[in-house]
Amino acid sequence: MNSRSLQTTIIFLVLGGILALALGGFFGPASRQFGSGLIELQTWFAARFLGIQDFFTAPRDIVSLRARNDALESQVSQLQTQIIELQQLTGETERLASLVGFAISKPENTYRAASVIGRDPSPFLHYIIINIGSNDDIRRGMPVVTNQGLVGRVDAVIADAARVQLITDPASSVNIYLQNAETNAVLFGSVTGDVSLDMISQNEVVEPGDLILTSGLGGGYPSDLTIGQVVTVRTLEFELFQQATVQAAVDFTRLEIVLVITNFRPVDIAPLEPQTTP
Amino acid sequence: MRNLIAFPLLGLGVIIQSAIVSQIKLLSGYADLPLLMLAGWALQQRVKSAWHWALLVCVMLGFVSSMPWPILVVSYLGLVFSAQALQRRVWQAPLLAMFSLTFLGTLFMHILSFGVLSILGTPFIFADVMSLITLPSLLLNMLFSIPVYAFMREMAKWVYPIEEYE
Repeated sequence: MNSRSLQTTIIFLVLGGILALALGGFFGPASRQFGSGLIELQTWFAARFLGIQDFFTAPRDIVSLRARNDALESQVSQLQTQIIELQQLTGETERLASLVGFAISKPENTYRAASVIGRDPSPFLHYIIINIGSNDDIRRGMPVVTNQGLVGRVDAVIADAARVQLITDPASSVNIYLQNAETNAVLFGSVTGDVSLDMISQNEVVEPGDLILTSGLGGGYPSDLTIGQVVTVRTLEFELFQQATVQAAVDFTRLEIVLVITNFRPVDIAPLEPQTTP
Repeated sequence: MRNLIAFPLLGLGVIIQSAIVSQIKLLSGYADLPLLMLAGWALQQRVKSAWHWALLVCVMLGFVSSMPWPILVVSYLGLVFSAQALQRRVWQAPLLAMFSLTFLGTLFMHILSFGVLSILGTPFIFADVMSLITLPSLLLNMLFSIPVYAFMREMAKWVYPIEEYE
């Protein structure tokens, strides 16, 4: 063994001994300071490296992030569209369920459901257009209802559509029955879309909240369809009849699905009406 | 041949009127898109088919609306007549002509509707009709008249190209 090899062996043995002592915990405070110094140094280097790495890789990441962001935004908008569609479906299902409930509660009638697809182009007239017609056995004069109450009656029919005159139309009149007062009257529409009662006998006591049903008189509508409630009553001594304003049960501004009562045939009583002779 | 665009265009106008415009109410009035389209069309100098378009509007609206057809015929043909008279007099100010025609056309049609429907037995109160239907409709028609006029002008350029016109 030459002197160089001996020197190397001694160095290894010394360093190995120091390492063994350090691992054995004999250099506790010194090794902690050394270790923390190393860690700080590594941290410093790691931080600088990450900074440099960010500097060089950031542009690529922004592009990919933007692409990812666009994809997520697109996904969010798709999901929002789905949510809106599902909400619409839920609302439609609820409305259909309530209509089915209404149809079940009145088994004497047969119904056909229809969607409202338009309104009369003229503001003078209150008509809606529904998406079923003579192909679905819809005939002129058939009453149209929702689960809330009477909507109107079919005024004109083509193969796949029909026009319905609402009870709010200024030319509409419906014979009604005031349930609490047990008397008949006539319901009229108006240009504003409000409905009002007229022809209430002065002898009858009508109060706000009284329920209004169709009377069936005149043969234009079946009896006992809900129309609304009395809001205010106007009684003037010098007039022949009392009048009343009415809160309709149906919200005519939000009509989307209606039911046509298909087993009702209106009766034309015109030939039975007395004619004045000159 | 390009005049056949009247069928889809006016059909679309009537559908939009029935399905959308009639839901955008101001009090009880709303805009009359077919009237505005017809007015905008009839005021274009190069247009020669305004009468045909008016009759087509009458047929389409008569099919959809419950309004008695004589009201539609008189109103829309009267509108075209007025447009051609205005076109000759105020040809240098087309927007002024459009505003005037919209104003007069709406007023005429509403007064005619009020008169005829009253005669047919619909109980209208004139003050209510004016304040709740006619004036709001007039305002909406005036608002919509500018974009509709611009659209119909472009449509007239397409249907009647300059070369053909000259």
